[in-house]
Amino acid sequence: MIEVSGITKEFGRFTAVNGLSFSVAKGEVLGFLGPNGAGKTTTMRILTGFIPATRGTAVVAGHDILSEPLQAKRKIGYLPESPPLYPEMTVFDYLEFVSRIKDVPRERRKARITESLEKCSLTDVRDKLLGKLSRGYRQRVGLAQALVHEPEVLILDEPTAGLDPKQINETRALIRSLGGDHTVVLSTHILPEVVMTCDRVAILNKGSVVAQGTTQSLIDQFRQAEHLQVTVEGPEPEVLNPLRSQDGVMAAEPAQSLSREGNVQTYRLSVAPGEPGENVRRELAARLVRAGYGLLDLHQEGTTLEEVYLRVVSSEEPGEVP
Amino acid sequence: MGNVWALARREVQSYFASPVAYVVLGLFALIFGFLFYAYLEGFISRGMGQGFGGAPEIQNLNQDMLRWLLGDTAWLLLFVIPLLTMRSFAEEIRSGTIELLLTSPLTDFQIVLGKFLGALFLYVSMLALTFLHMAVLFFFGDPEWKALLTGYLGVLLFGSALISLGLVFSSLTRNQIVAAVITLGAFLFLGFFQSAENWAGAAASFITYLSATQHLEEFTKGVVDGRDVIYYLSFIGLGLFLSKQSLESLRWRG
Repeated sequence: MIEVSGITKEFGRFTAVNGLSFSVAKGEVLGFLGPNGAGKTTTMRILTGFIPATRGTAVVAGHDILSEPLQAKRKIGYLPESPPLYPEMTVFDYLEFVSRIKDVPRERRKARITESLEKCSLTDVRDKLLGKLSRGYRQRVGLAQALVHEPEVLILDEPTAGLDPKQINETRALIRSLGGDHTVVLSTHILPEVVMTCDRVAILNKGSVVAQGTTQSLIDQFRQAEHLQVTVEGPEPEVLNPLRSQDGVMAAEPAQSLSREGNVQTYRLSVAPGEPGENVRRELAARLVRAGYGLLDLHQEGTTLEEVYLRVVSSEEPGEVP
Repeated sequence: MGNVWALARREVQSYFASPVAYVVLGLFALIFGFLFYAYLEGFISRGMGQGFGGAPEIQNLNQDMLRWLLGDTAWLLLFVIPLLTMRSFAEEIRSGTIELLLTSPLTDFQIVLGKFLGALFLYVSMLALTFLHMAVLFFFGDPEWKALLTGYLGVLLFGSALISLGLVFSSLTRNQIVAAVITLGAFLFLGFFQSAENWAGAAASFITYLSATQHLEEFTKGVVDGRDVIYYLSFIGLGLFLSKQSLESLRWRG
């Protein structure tokens, strides 16, 4: 549905996007993740035909955005970073205007507007002036505007920015429900958002994709050593012995004391790479119980997307990353 | 074409939703009212023998009053039209709504045309206010309607040309005030260029030719000269073309 190959965007000497390539399948939700200035907004502006790429091609819904801009734009719904609203218009008039310039046929306009209003929970404010709406409502009108012509492709630049937690959840649920019917590209710098809403993630840094794949595959790909957390009741020096001598455990350190007396203690163990974590856990549990210590908790620390993200974003030229 | 219409309609709505339209229309009506009164008063005084020579003069309403009134109106428009066009693109660039227009299935020229028609509508409503004054003349006097209509046609072309140029300047900046000031400066040049008609030489006639007010003179006399029509039409064409180019460059400027 979206086919981007080798797009580069230069502003004078500054290269905002550098040879970016990716593709998004029909019905998929792709999340752009990256620090500020990574090129997320520029990439989206190129995809929507707002600015042309210096080099490279972007094909959206079968139409090249540069050579067939009108056909492509008809199939794109776009929510820019700040919703493009006219403060003097009412919500309804605004959506009516947008539906006209997006070529929604006259007979379908009313139904389309009503549906967008409902999807974005805006029916109550349809006659209010855009200039009088709160930040959250403005963002939702921006979303309704992107949906009004039933585009095949939705491009959402930080769709949850500035919303309160309840609205964030509603918006994520809405985006989730849009996937399938629509192909969605969204950008964010909130990691849990990507996990919750996206099928696939592309991590951008300094204008290039530094990692991409499903959330799980990224985690797998970037998993280094596994870590275990064990909480044991017993005197610390004694307990450390069986932990350290366990096969497959490279190191064990006391992490956190849970009781005032100091005899309930959490330890953090590093498991050697290649060692199946479950074997280590099974043997370790048996060993601790046999030795008569109270085993209160034993679990594997999950590698989170956050760790992957931080590693990927700060791996190249550390110190320059904002 | 439906798209252009939608753009123009929104433009007009936004003029009337903000104080801009009312202030501009009100200001224009007030000053035009004064001009009308001043020229009518002079016309009547001269007709009654209270003028310069002392004896009553035989006068023609078109040639001795309306012609000068329309000429002055043109100068008034040089000041008023920048207020109509200053926000058209500048405000969209400032607020970011330009991003909506440029990512919609619209050509750059359609966007420019929509803006132009929107401003033109407001301009025509402004001129329509003056029909009231003309009605007074028709009620009490007997002006020649064809000559008057020609005069109005000239003023319409004159205003349209200025609007097209105003759009160019509005698309160059995100600041309405800057747009208005540059536009006013350019308009004043187009007016004062007429002073060059007293010079000698080819350069003088060229500069005079450029003057927008100079081309209005024949119209206000009730004469349609093809050269004047061509001047205004090519002026409008150039203005719209440059606006389109400027809008396109906005994409490159990012």
